[in-house]
Amino acid sequence: MELFFQQLLNGLSNGGVYSLVALGLTMVFGILHVPNFAQGAFYMIGAYVTLTVMTLFGVPYWIAMLLAMLVTALLALSSERLIFHPLRKSPALHQMMGAIGILLFLVALAQVIWGPNYQKMVSPYGEAIKIFGITFTQQRLIVIFATVIIMLILHFFLTKTMIGSAIIAMAQNREGAYLVGINANMVAMLTFAISGILAAAAASLSSPINLVFPGMGDLVIMKAFVIIIIGGMGSIPGAIIAGYLLGIVESFGATYISGEYKDVIAFVLLVIILTVKPTGLFVRRAN
Amino acid sequence: MATIFNKRNGIYLILVIALFMPFIVPNEYILHVLALVCIWSISVYGINIFTGYTGNLSLAHIGFFAIGAYTLGILTVKAGWNFWIALLAACVLATILGILVGLISLRTNGHFFAIYTMCVGYIIYLIIDKWDSLTGGVRGLIGIPSPSPIGPIRFDSLTAHYYLLLFFLILTIFITKRIVQSLLGRTFIAIRNSEELALTIGISTKKNQLLAFVISCFFASLSGALYASFIRFIGPEIGSTFLGFEMLIYLIIGGIGTISGPVIGTLLIVFLTQSLQFLQEYRMLIFGPILLLIVIFYPQGIAGAINDLTSRLRRRKIKGNRQNEDKRAGVEEVG
Repeated sequence: MELFFQQLLNGLSNGGVYSLVALGLTMVFGILHVPNFAQGAFYMIGAYVTLTVMTLFGVPYWIAMLLAMLVTALLALSSERLIFHPLRKSPALHQMMGAIGILLFLVALAQVIWGPNYQKMVSPYGEAIKIFGITFTQQRLIVIFATVIIMLILHFFLTKTMIGSAIIAMAQNREGAYLVGINANMVAMLTFAISGILAAAAASLSSPINLVFPGMGDLVIMKAFVIIIIGGMGSIPGAIIAGYLLGIVESFGATYISGEYKDVIAFVLLVIILTVKPTGLFVRRAN
Repeated sequence: MATIFNKRNGIYLILVIALFMPFIVPNEYILHVLALVCIWSISVYGINIFTGYTGNLSLAHIGFFAIGAYTLGILTVKAGWNFWIALLAACVLATILGILVGLISLRTNGHFFAIYTMCVGYIIYLIIDKWDSLTGGVRGLIGIPSPSPIGPIRFDSLTAHYYLLLFFLILTIFITKRIVQSLLGRTFIAIRNSEELALTIGISTKKNQLLAFVISCFFASLSGALYASFIRFIGPEIGSTFLGFEMLIYLIIGGIGTISGPVIGTLLIVFLTQSLQFLQEYRMLIFGPILLLIVIFYPQGIAGAINDLTSRLRRRKIKGNRQNEDKRAGVEEVG
């Protein structure tokens, strides 16, 4: 029973991280219809920025995280301006290649700046605590709570502010949004910035549990794609639910089925889903 | 005079140069790189037939490359099969798997298809990486034999191996050209331009996409098997998504949806990478931005840009000729 709760907790913390990355991905997809492969690179850059400002300048963990969010937001925003904006009328294939180009460039850049080695991020919350006879590391609890708080902030931003409503409106109906005078460029830039922020937050939170290395975004982004297909492309609640679901399924799969093939679970799940239902689960009807 | 420098003669010239390459190049190293170019090009032609001509992005391609390499490797090293039979088996296996994967994956569309195939590719990679007893896991497979001799022709020297690979590349280009210029190729292009429109005029889009997908898998596995026997060592990283992205870059920079694009792109980038040795790990620092610029400004790649240029020149020439004729006619009238 102890193992069960332990795994549930691991699943919730991993799932939260997946959800954050998938949220950014799904927002960008909902508005621009671009599968942004570069999101994994934003995630990786976010982790490195956090680590660097913490170790080089001794900046506290949370402030380092905020700085990383800022940097990746700018990075995501400039990639929208420089690459996705000029490509908006190109065929889907070229947009995907654009995203792949950004991804490969950023991974190589990280290798040049920080080297190819695995690095450890030390957070101030390294201790383990015991509740009801189950040991948790503090960091995992923090990941769980922080992801929920970030999601709540995002929720209130999207539903209670004008800019947030503009994003939602454009995701729901592009033409309608144009008709009521929503500035499409502004919304696109903002959406990319938010996706960068979410990726950096996810990376800063999860890095003390995992490790920091140039390829750290690859698996996460692939799983985020799986999540947004399971959750319905462009659906925000779908991404959150599917993210947690995947985290928990993986965590139990690793303990009760096979630790070796833990990473296959997501992909096999997706292949099965798309095989049975080629349009993806919970897909909204086309506008 | 001008007829000497036409396209056909140009191709013959390139062919002759390729044939005499072993006698021209100063050292074996360059020949080795050229042989690699032949191998990668075959695979890139495969991607081109599917992605370039039917317009769907398949990220499982590299998985089939790895299947080809590992099938050949396992059959020759562990089962001791003859090279040529193993090569045939590798292609047949990949083709069968390609039909199965294609049948299921092609029910999805657009972005779903790209992500689905990316997952398939990753599953193939993970299976190779984890199935220790069959594939050797992370240690990989070593001692894959060179192609066995056909009669008196032996393939143990680099030069002979180069000719073999060149033969396969020329065959691939020839087949691609025949496909593209046939009704089948036109059908593929019709699907790429508009699937709905293709359906309305009675084209069975799914059947044709499946055919293109299987052809692409066949070339991927052929190229993989040739790679395995040329390098004589394979590890799971040959199935990694990144390598797949790299091949896509060869295609995009060379010119997607063109016949000469794959070989131009591969030749250019493989040579640039090799001559900029110090860049090996960081090559994407240069090729990433190049890819982005090409995608934005020259969506048809280098081959497309050359085609544009030649057709513009030709138009100008025709225009010039016409003006000359007009002038002459004018002179005659006056006279």
